[in-house]
Amino acid sequence: MGKVNRREFLEDVIAKREEQTVGNTRDLAYEKYANKEIPKGLQKTTSTLSPYTGPWTEAHAIHLLRRTTFGVKPAEVQTLMGMTMSQAVDTLLNISTTAPAPPVNNYQAVVPDPTVPLGQPWVTAPYDSNTVGQRYYSFKSWWTSLMINQDMSILEKMTLFWHNHFATEVLTVGDARKSYKLNAMFRANALGNFKTLVKNVTLDPSMLVYLNGYLNTKTAPDENYGRELQELFTIGKGFTPIYDEDDIKAAAKALTGWRVNNTTITSYFDSTRHDTTNKVFTSFYNNYVVVGKSGASGATEVDDLIYMIFNKQETALHICRKLYRYFVYYIIDSTTEANIIVPMAQTLVANNYDIKPVLKELLKSDHFYDVNSMSCYIRTPLDYLIGMFRTMKIDIPATLSVDKKYAIWNYVRSYGSSLAMDLGDPPNVSGWPAYYQEPDYYETWINSNTLPKRMSFADMMLNSGFSAGTGTVIKINPIEFAKLCPNVGDPNALIDFCVQHLLGLGLTTSTKNAIKVAELLSGQTSDYYWTTAWTNYVSNPNTTNTNTVTTRLKSMLSELLRLPEHHLC
Amino acid sequence: MKRRDFLKATPAASLAFMINGLPISTYASHPLLEALAKQTAVTGRVLVMIQLNGGNDGLNMVIPIDKYSELSNARSNVMIPQNKVLSLANTNLTGLHPSMTGIKDLYANNMVNITQAVSYPNPNFSHFRATDIWFSGSDANQYVNTGWIGRYLDHEYPGYPNGYPSSGMPDPLAIQIGSGVSMVLQGDNVNMGMAISNINSFYNIVNSYVDPAPATPAGHELTFIRYIVQQTETYNKVIKDAAAKATNLSSLYPTNNSLADQLKIVARLIAGGLKTPIYIVSLGGFDTHSDQVDASDHTIGSHATLMQKLSEAVYAFFDDAKLLDIQSRVAAMTMSEFGRRIKSNASGGTDHGSAAPVMVFSPHVNPGLIGTNPVLPANANVGDNIPMQNDYRSVYAAVLADWFQLDINDVNSILMDTFPVLPIFRNTNNIKNTEEQGSIDILEQNYPNPFSNTTSFRFNSDGGDVRIQIFDATGRVVRTVTNQQYDRGAHEITIERGSLAPGQYFLTLVNGNNKATRRMTIIN
Repeated sequence: MGKVNRREFLEDVIAKREEQTVGNTRDLAYEKYANKEIPKGLQKTTSTLSPYTGPWTEAHAIHLLRRTTFGVKPAEVQTLMGMTMSQAVDTLLNISTTAPAPPVNNYQAVVPDPTVPLGQPWVTAPYDSNTVGQRYYSFKSWWTSLMINQDMSILEKMTLFWHNHFATEVLTVGDARKSYKLNAMFRANALGNFKTLVKNVTLDPSMLVYLNGYLNTKTAPDENYGRELQELFTIGKGFTPIYDEDDIKAAAKALTGWRVNNTTITSYFDSTRHDTTNKVFTSFYNNYVVVGKSGASGATEVDDLIYMIFNKQETALHICRKLYRYFVYYIIDSTTEANIIVPMAQTLVANNYDIKPVLKELLKSDHFYDVNSMSCYIRTPLDYLIGMFRTMKIDIPATLSVDKKYAIWNYVRSYGSSLAMDLGDPPNVSGWPAYYQEPDYYETWINSNTLPKRMSFADMMLNSGFSAGTGTVIKINPIEFAKLCPNVGDPNALIDFCVQHLLGLGLTTSTKNAIKVAELLSGQTSDYYWTTAWTNYVSNPNTTNTNTVTTRLKSMLSELLRLPEHHLC
Repeated sequence: MKRRDFLKATPAASLAFMINGLPISTYASHPLLEALAKQTAVTGRVLVMIQLNGGNDGLNMVIPIDKYSELSNARSNVMIPQNKVLSLANTNLTGLHPSMTGIKDLYANNMVNITQAVSYPNPNFSHFRATDIWFSGSDANQYVNTGWIGRYLDHEYPGYPNGYPSSGMPDPLAIQIGSGVSMVLQGDNVNMGMAISNINSFYNIVNSYVDPAPATPAGHELTFIRYIVQQTETYNKVIKDAAAKATNLSSLYPTNNSLADQLKIVARLIAGGLKTPIYIVSLGGFDTHSDQVDASDHTIGSHATLMQKLSEAVYAFFDDAKLLDIQSRVAAMTMSEFGRRIKSNASGGTDHGSAAPVMVFSPHVNPGLIGTNPVLPANANVGDNIPMQNDYRSVYAAVLADWFQLDINDVNSILMDTFPVLPIFRNTNNIKNTEEQGSIDILEQNYPNPFSNTTSFRFNSDGGDVRIQIFDATGRVVRTVTNQQYDRGAHEITIERGSLAPGQYFLTLVNGNNKATRRMTIIN
């Protein structure tokens, strides 16, 4: 790891210490209340993948947006309300084919880059041992900004999905150019073909480094990738019969000889390091043989291997379960397996492993809009942080210089890291525990360490905000948010609007009323006091009128953002 | 070194601690800091702010008995019949609303101070703006983002919430029950209050219980998060522990009285050992534009019910405080955004007004009234309002200077200006009022001494506010001689004996940091 600046160094030191602390100290509250087994006795859904035909309301549109984008923008809800459910899903699945502008040098003042000027991309520039650490943060900040500035499509959620599924760690890969390249591949194939993704990932330079594929030779086979390819990326585990160690060895052999060119950031096949023997798999794969090939054609053995793996239905089932847990809920009981997962897998196979038709069917299904599929998703740290930026229209001025913008994005990134989601650096090759760790799953996001930090973030964003050394304060502007409510002068409509957009689950009428009276009405009982205050502000936004409404909005938002319901979506 | 200066000097040291891998809270365990924190804790004083939402009709609460002619002309449809007014000990000019028997009793026991006609120049008649003014402690035309108590807490606990809870201050700085976090607790960076959003939430904390959710996936996750929220709210554990250490002892708490329910919790938490200096409770419904009294019996009706709730709740609270042996540490004050109009309206109610009385309850008050009955026009017009006698910030100044014992310069800085400190509290430790102290250059011995009719004394002002009071041998203020600005230099005042009995008295002066006390004797 190259030079990093003092703040980043401290951040890492603190983060590492926190990990240790959390690791060494038992979180008694979490232990007591998190799942000890997969919950039983919850109201079950028997809904299926057949198309949803019920009413299309704002609640439905919000549900769809929350699961497929970060947070929910009120304007986007209105856009979707002008469509049918089917059109809405099609719109979200219509992703941009233009790659976003790549990350740039934002670090010139901290560590000068010998070849890349300030504001210019470094993704194809020469490796530089002094700037390597800076580029990690540049890459992660850039990615964070794409989430904050995302359009109304599933692209960013899918990019993160693939990052979690084919997990690599930026700091372990050790060259942000490689991590960028993999990220670009995920974007280009976000709703593309799963088989293509598996092949691309297998030969991806950052993955070859991360799981030692580049060290995998006929004389010293390295089984790391061959194992994870089957255990995590395709077949999965937890069922019988299953592949065994011989299959892992055979897969490793088939993949010998792949290397990385660190100048061009490409992989290439070196036939002299390739094992040309036949690779014989076990009965799990029907004793399939990847015929050993010599010379350049040895590079095609990867295709045979993937062909074999995709012949197993487990591969389709596994990726469909991952998609389900990422977009719907983590409990997959036998009914869900039969009614949802198996049909999803059939759709995937029928479409030659294209992802888009599977998601289209799922997101348009009765099951997706079943009340039991709603509000049960615990917001990930990025859903929480980026959702707040998007839903509450927190402004990051476009006029800021590039280094300052990156500093602000980096602050959000680092806050996510302190909430246990370090974008680009998941804990290990399995991705984040929320998507695989039984029986906790999503509940791993909320513990005695992370929850108070979430609360502090909301408090900070309503009060002092943060500037990340830029001199520009980034915070919630309660009036700008309230103005998104079409009937803001009616305190009941305003509370409803805020509850709907900020909380994953509604509140009772009496709770909403109590919040309205205490916060928007300052203890008065007549709604018109708020109406008058807002009208006064609109007709004369002087300091007094502005502050009168700001104070009350801030109190109300402070209360709503501290509610447990805020962490659901 | 002043506490503040010390804290300003610490950040570099605390950073060093952090880099060495020690938790940042270590910096609260510095011996000097500990000592300072203990110093604050030793006073253990608590202020309970009772917010009366909506604008309380002060004229029907503290009734000017000598103004019945003016009252009949202005508000015959709402005024309390003179023969129903509760009389107050030691005065026949002022009485209380007939529903306030509890507060009448407290008054007779020297536990009530009433400051008359409290407001501010150019009063505002909007609930929201007036509330914000009272909360922030601003002028009518000034906008301040912080609350006066928030600024006080910022002064006492600098840097909050960083480094808190600490060994010196393990408890919430302020607890608000019954509604969300109020602007009065807003500090520079953060709201200093912990909100217990309703009575149920408190008992949920105490019983480690969360509200039930449906047996659906969403309900399952909600319950999980509710528990983690409850377990990780910074101060829930100390609240739970404090509640476990004390139970309410008074049998006088009324039922169906939300204010009493809130004060019950406050008494329990104080008795349970919380060091929290500020509690905020509230009672709503004071916006009595119509039907504030029963047309056929003005002693009952919506305002009477509110007066009864206030009186019964406060009475029970102080009974409980006495039984729990915490009453010497407790003061409670009422606060409402404005009083109501002198002239009633045709709907049997009163519209928004301005000045109104503020009540402070404590065994430490100077019992009685500050100021005179409101000046009322003979025939009030709809636009007439009660003229202000005391700036509301003078009440705050008394709380800060005499109850919380802040240096007067800090009081002025928190209140953003200089306000006379009303003699609401007695026996304050800010000045030795039963013992000679201070330089003769500040306050000379009075002459003649002893005296029978008049005596004179000279004093030196540094400029600014000078407060000179006469205390009796028990430390009770018997007269405020002066409380106003004096130019720098020597001044002389002659005082009349008036109704003072023969005996030992103490003449005290406070002028900025200068304090002095002289003993004087009255003989027949």
